[in-house]
Amino acid sequence: MFNRGSSRGRAPAWSWLLASLLGLATIPAQAQNAPSSATTIKLGIVSFLTGPAAAPFGIPGRNGAEVLIEAMNAGTVPAPFNKVGFGGSSVEAKYIDETGSAANVVTEFRNLVQRDQVDAVIGYISSGNCLAVTPVAEELKAITVFYDCGTPRIFEEKPRAYVFRVSPQSTMDNVAAARYLLAKKPDVVSYSGINQNYAWGQDSWRDFTGAMQVLAPKVTVDKSLFPKLFAGEYGAEISTLLTSKSQVLHTSFYDGDLEAFLYQEQARALDKRMTILATTAEAAMWRLRDKLPDGTLIGGRGPNGPLAPDTEFNRWFKKIYTDRYSIPPTYPAYQMAMSLLGLKMAYEKARKGDAKPTSDEVAAAFKGIEFEGPSGVVKLAIGDGHQGISETAYGTYRFNKTKNEPEIVDIMRFPAECVNPPAGVTADDWIKDGMKGAKC
Amino acid sequence: MLTAFAILIDGLVYAAYLFIVAVGLTLIFGVMKILNVAHGSFYTFGAYGAATAIGIYFDRGLPDAGGFLLMAVFAMILGLAIGLILERGVMRLVYGRDEVVMVLVTYAAFLILEDVVILVWGPGSYATYQPLLAAGSTEIGALILSNYDLGLIAAAALLAAASWWALKFTRYGRLLTAVIFDRETAAAFGINVTAVYTITFVIGAMLGALGGAIMAPKIAVTLGIGVEVIVLAFAVVAIGGMGSIEGALVGALIVGICRAAAVHLVPQVELFVIYGVMALVLMIRPYGLFVRAQPRRI
Repeated sequence: MFNRGSSRGRAPAWSWLLASLLGLATIPAQAQNAPSSATTIKLGIVSFLTGPAAAPFGIPGRNGAEVLIEAMNAGTVPAPFNKVGFGGSSVEAKYIDETGSAANVVTEFRNLVQRDQVDAVIGYISSGNCLAVTPVAEELKAITVFYDCGTPRIFEEKPRAYVFRVSPQSTMDNVAAARYLLAKKPDVVSYSGINQNYAWGQDSWRDFTGAMQVLAPKVTVDKSLFPKLFAGEYGAEISTLLTSKSQVLHTSFYDGDLEAFLYQEQARALDKRMTILATTAEAAMWRLRDKLPDGTLIGGRGPNGPLAPDTEFNRWFKKIYTDRYSIPPTYPAYQMAMSLLGLKMAYEKARKGDAKPTSDEVAAAFKGIEFEGPSGVVKLAIGDGHQGISETAYGTYRFNKTKNEPEIVDIMRFPAECVNPPAGVTADDWIKDGMKGAKC
Repeated sequence: MLTAFAILIDGLVYAAYLFIVAVGLTLIFGVMKILNVAHGSFYTFGAYGAATAIGIYFDRGLPDAGGFLLMAVFAMILGLAIGLILERGVMRLVYGRDEVVMVLVTYAAFLILEDVVILVWGPGSYATYQPLLAAGSTEIGALILSNYDLGLIAAAALLAAASWWALKFTRYGRLLTAVIFDRETAAAFGINVTAVYTITFVIGAMLGALGGAIMAPKIAVTLGIGVEVIVLAFAVVAIGGMGSIEGALVGALIVGICRAAAVHLVPQVELFVIYGVMALVLMIRPYGLFVRAQPRRI
């Protein structure tokens, strides 16, 4: 190291070894953006596989991914998605449980991207988790498609480069809920709400009351209840509602909270006193069956399940899902399917030859795409081309005793531009401004 | 007037639920000086056990009363088994260690038991509404009350009375009181403290499981219910005083009534009110309402 050769400017041997090692270490960091041979596309699928959100959301979402990926790899998805896998390369999925704190969720996300080297991540039900993962996805330049979380904030806070959401945001659910309510009950005088006390519940109530204020300013808000997420016991809330004068109760409750609330309110006949408007109840209708009160105004986070358009694509998806899992697909399964199809389309559009496209190429191809899937047509028209909008539908629930199965009747469809804010306008501002430009 | 009555009933229902869960926790702490985080698991096992019993019994056209009994008995048998395994298998190995170690051991047990639940019952949730709907309802003015909730109040009152009677008038109760007061002196007088520990832990586990069984028909039985309830139980026990059964009863009543009042009158503070009350009580009585400061033993 200190010999004459070194003093004349020749690098010592150890420095060459160090440089080689450093060069090798940069390869994984560049893997996302370096073209590579595309034999298999690896996807991380994140969904609640345990805990209270698993049965109504996480597992249907996961099942939707599983059955659609199998169909993709077999090349049996209807055109224009009939190419095998993604652009001829088979798709391999790694399923991760979303349960845990936001810190855990972010750690698992980093593991998928950095350790497992997945090509993209599709997942996330909790709006809190979506908000936590977004900056990390941008930092790692990892293509990430949120499939279920509804908060509008993801693309309103700042523009995103690598994060996409094909499923429409929750603003659509609640604006459409207000429109449907006023169409079906034009004589409503006052209403109340019970929503979980976190981003999802607060945003849902804000958007619903905002829409009602624009569409029917004389209708008053009676009670605004925000129990803790997963509280489970709603006796005091039900008493409060029983002693109120409301004719309608808005709720964005889901899974265990929705079920517990419905059992407890039925024991006290609350649904006989007021109509329940449940924006996410479609996911629970096959589990609840005759325990979901007849007459409930019901949403499915978009045109999903029984609210989906009667197209060949929808019939195909319902068949493969029901044949596999013995139960019809609910909205999380549809959302996952649409997210996968959107990613497939973007991937195939970006791919040139045999090499895998880079994240930047996929992101550029994904931006602003429009396609038709089991839920109908979706276009990534807002959020700078990263957020999807579609039409939506609401209906009235009824348990058909003759057929012994649930059904949704009196379905009304609302065009995408009727219930989604236009590009460049936040959901809150759009509603407060009187929903200008809404095309119904 | 109707609102005041609703607040009272709702407060009593919530207090009954909290007391049934918290009494086992405070009993274990009073005797063994262990803050048992695994108490949430006893509640969870009780709820799942009740769900299994409800699935077996209801919807077969059998008398409803039998179903209620089966739920409670099945859950308490699970509580007995889990409590015995935990106490004899794990806790007895760490008696006498630092309190932080004891808490960590019970927390580890809680995490393990949560995974055991998944192994036995799977990750999905269970709907067990049949007893709740079978019990019917009672109408008082504009208010419709669930008979199941009224029964819950009666069950909690019975449990409180039974606990009081057992501590005051039975031999085991007197031994327990002696151990709570001074473990070393009790041992010096020939009381088998180890046996008292085992019996107390198992009774606490059975009471926690009973709490889960009673709540199962009202909730969706799923993972995570133990975590929610243990936080509330800690708050109740802290208000009443660790180790005091009458403290658990009064603590539950205070929390129940305050929460019900918040939901009816100022729903924005509903989440905060339980912990606000706890903080207020601890500011005035740092050891809880029914426990006095103890001199440090050297």
